Amino acid sequence: MSKKTVASVLVAGGGIAGMQAALDLANSGFYVYLVEKSPSIGGVMSQLDKTFPTNDCAM
Amino acid sequence: MTVSEIQGISGEEGDFEVRILKRPRYVDMEKCIACGACAEKCPTKVSNEYDAGLNKRKAIYVKYAQAVPLKYSIDSEQCIFLKKGKCRACEKLCPAGAVNFEEKAQEITINVGAVIVAPGCEAFDPATYDVYGYGKSPNIVTSLEFERILAATGPFGGHLVRPSDHKEPRKVAWIQCVGSRDIHAGSRSYCSGVCCTYAIKEAIIAKEHQKGALDTAIFYIDLRTYGKDFERYYNRAVDAKVRFIKSKIAGITTDPATQNQIIDYIDESGRRVEESFDLAVLSVGFRSSQEAITLAERLGVDLDQYGLAKTSDFQSVKTSKPGIFVCGSFQAPKDIPHSVIEASATAAEVESVLAQSRGSLVRTKEAPKEKDVSGEPPRIGVFVCCCGTNIAGFLDVPGVVEYAQTLPGVVFADKNLFSCSQDTQEKMADIIREKGLNRVVVAACTPRTHEPLFQETVLNANINKYLFEMANIRNQCSWVHSNDKDAATQKAKDLVRMAVSRVGLLEPLYDPEISMNNAAMVIGGGLSGIAASLNLADQGFPVYLVEKTDRLGGNALNIHKTWQGEDVQQKLGEMIGQAASHKNITVLTNSELKKVDGFVGNFKTTVETNGSERAIEHGIAIIATGAVESKPDQYLYGTDPNVLTGLELDSRFNDRGFSAEGIKSAVFIQCVGSRIKERPYCSKICCTQSVRNALRLKELNPDMDVFIIYRDMRTYGLREELYRQARAKGVIFIRYDFEKGLTVDKDNNNIRVSFTNYALNRRMEIRPDLLVLATGINPIRENPLATLFKVQVNDDGFFVEAHAKLRPVEFATEGIFVAGLAHCPKPIDESIEQAKAAASKASALLSKEKVTVEGVVSRVDEAYCVGCGRCEQACPFNAITLVTREGGNKVSYVQEALCKGCGSCAAVCPTGAASVFHFDDQEVLSMVKTAFE
Repeated sequence: MSKKTVASVLVAGGGIAGMQAALDLANSGFYVYLVEKSPSIGGVMSQLDKTFPTNDCAM
Repeated sequence: MTVSEIQGISGEEGDFEVRILKRPRYVDMEKCIACGACAEKCPTKVSNEYDAGLNKRKAIYVKYAQAVPLKYSIDSEQCIFLKKGKCRACEKLCPAGAVNFEEKAQEITINVGAVIVAPGCEAFDPATYDVYGYGKSPNIVTSLEFERILAATGPFGGHLVRPSDHKEPRKVAWIQCVGSRDIHAGSRSYCSGVCCTYAIKEAIIAKEHQKGALDTAIFYIDLRTYGKDFERYYNRAVDAKVRFIKSKIAGITTDPATQNQIIDYIDESGRRVEESFDLAVLSVGFRSSQEAITLAERLGVDLDQYGLAKTSDFQSVKTSKPGIFVCGSFQAPKDIPHSVIEASATAAEVESVLAQSRGSLVRTKEAPKEKDVSGEPPRIGVFVCCCGTNIAGFLDVPGVVEYAQTLPGVVFADKNLFSCSQDTQEKMADIIREKGLNRVVVAACTPRTHEPLFQETVLNANINKYLFEMANIRNQCSWVHSNDKDAATQKAKDLVRMAVSRVGLLEPLYDPEISMNNAAMVIGGGLSGIAASLNLADQGFPVYLVEKTDRLGGNALNIHKTWQGEDVQQKLGEMIGQAASHKNITVLTNSELKKVDGFVGNFKTTVETNGSERAIEHGIAIIATGAVESKPDQYLYGTDPNVLTGLELDSRFNDRGFSAEGIKSAVFIQCVGSRIKERPYCSKICCTQSVRNALRLKELNPDMDVFIIYRDMRTYGLREELYRQARAKGVIFIRYDFEKGLTVDKDNNNIRVSFTNYALNRRMEIRPDLLVLATGINPIRENPLATLFKVQVNDDGFFVEAHAKLRPVEFATEGIFVAGLAHCPKPIDESIEQAKAAASKASALLSKEKVTVEGVVSRVDEAYCVGCGRCEQACPFNAITLVTREGGNKVSYVQEALCKGCGSCAAVCPTGAASVFHFDDQEVLSMVKTAFE
């Protein structure tokens, strides 16, 4: 159990799920590499107009 | 790391080496100022994937105006120079010299303790099927294309028109389950889980666009609005006259004369009907992309039959490979809040695996030293942002700059192309230092998104971050007055003058730090409470797990199996054992909370255990008090022993002595007391539970006739597989007409269920030996925790999270979290995920020695306070209490950690003793005064 572990994490995918996981880990004391295949993060959610059921702007 | 891809992995949990290919962007991110000159001149136009192919972009591009990072990149597959060796127009035109065709791909290796896989899913391509006519007319669009049509940033500027002739449609149809719940090649047999609700959303928004003068119809199989507040959303659509047509689609053809879509469908009674619409929207489902599958293969993660990551119900974010976790739609189709919860759950898992090394690689930024500017006369700098063309395109930015220079106290004013770009941030900090500025105004977009960024810029120039003010000349000016440049310019000048008048009066403020007790209290010893406690305890935090009854386990003690068939009693038993023996967990059964004092980091809670009270100090609290199965007062429940609720049947299955031999027929009635006026929500779990239990009955006695009488079958997501299996095994599903009623009575000692079959439109009767009522989930009425922690419940009685999408486990009050059924009905896997998500959010606080709270809080000048207590009553956060000073004077006292700086106290204070830092009367009134100058 006392094996040494590395305090950094790789998150593959910069959509809403990947970004949230990265934020949580960074806020909790871990170094995060957020890897995204396209030129910018945001994923599919950035393409949505509004979100249900509150009709909030997705952006 | 953008434009990057994982190539391979070696090592093991806690210590992986990951190889990453960083592809060339051909644009230097440090140099690019995102001015767009390159894209303007780029000769190559290609389909714009961000707008779902509805318009074109250039080969050098940013995905959208708000993209992060806001840096251009060159699409190497489309760039003429990269393909044919000629052009380089962008390189010549770039004013920043950022284009670099010499950039090469490079492979780097990084060392990490864990990996989270979140590649998402792609939308089904309906061109695979000719039945939907996709590609034959521009007026047959996917739901994602329709999102872009509705969006203000989309190809039609948010004007709802159909692509063929840019005319406003009068009739729009949505076709559900395109590529989902379909076993044909190319489709997925699962339900994509989100399409019903997004179609409702699109229909509601489309109607709003057209001011209601739009006929909308949704063609569906089952309407699956199972999430929190989704059923209300559906009811709202029904009230707004969105038509819902249960049907099977036979085909969509285009009328060449009108470019209208003729939808050919079979209605529920089997009639073939045709109806013409101006626009048809295909509600496409999710499927895993080839890239995601390749990624999983490279990481050595097992996939299921759909090409999604394989997980179990009790460990739903763990992949087959230790140290690699999964979240989002690649785990299973899901909506945004569930993705956010799951993301936090993966974070919690990683935090527990890597707990001992926490903090060892974190780079903390040294806070810049602040210059003391007190006593100095204001030296104000004004930066006016062009926001590309967002502002400069609609008002005279140089004119505003010139005007700002004439205002009192202003010693510097200039414009920026993009104030938020990294290079501009540095430039601004340099100017603040050079010119000796001590107050700064940025006239740009909204402080809601950009104030923290500019406050940091100011701080980096050694100025207190509260000596800063924003004037919103975009959202509140250039955007709304885009057709009147003179008026917009004048308004921008007014807004800048107001901001300048206020900024000169601002005083430095300091965000108070409060100490953090690193113990957690989890209230509720059900599955969610246990899961949250175990995760936090594994992360090394002391946990007090408080349970009202004499044993841990909650509702799960009665559940037979999860939807995937995992043995709940075995898994629950293991978890209870771990919690009971964990060195960091103190289990308090027969215990209830009596009193809660304090605030984040410093709660002091009185817990009563078997009649004796103790005070426990803790830093955070997780509310996981669960819910109860509703007990019906109808359908012979309680009078006939053969009438059971769903959970009671589960409980019978757990009983080893249970035999189904004497049962020749069984009926399940769905939505008993759910989706009705008095309880207008769907309990989410009951359809799956009934299908699973129907299958179990068939397994125990294959000759049994099993009927499920339903309104809509809501076996959402991958649970659709169970529904398919049940039909294959001969379970009979009958949709009944809810309006025409369903009765249960006794006929010659037999149970008699009578209802109207929807498809046949005729009354039917069944006389089952066993009647199971799917009764849904009730919140705990008048939950004392709502009062003790001062947190809200919704109209249904479930706790209200801070934000439905992005903060689904937090309360508005800091340091308090929610998980499980107390939040809304949900199954075991989702309850555990939410519990872990709450633990992740909690650990972000618990892992710190101190947390800072907002400096904008209210204050009470005791010299003027008369102790009337009005502010105490007005405060929505219970931050104000009356205290007695020496001599018996009562005065108001503000607990800064609880105060949100809303100003309610200042508004009601009769003497002016209460005010809010940063927004005192003088600061606000000077803006009002100057507005009318």
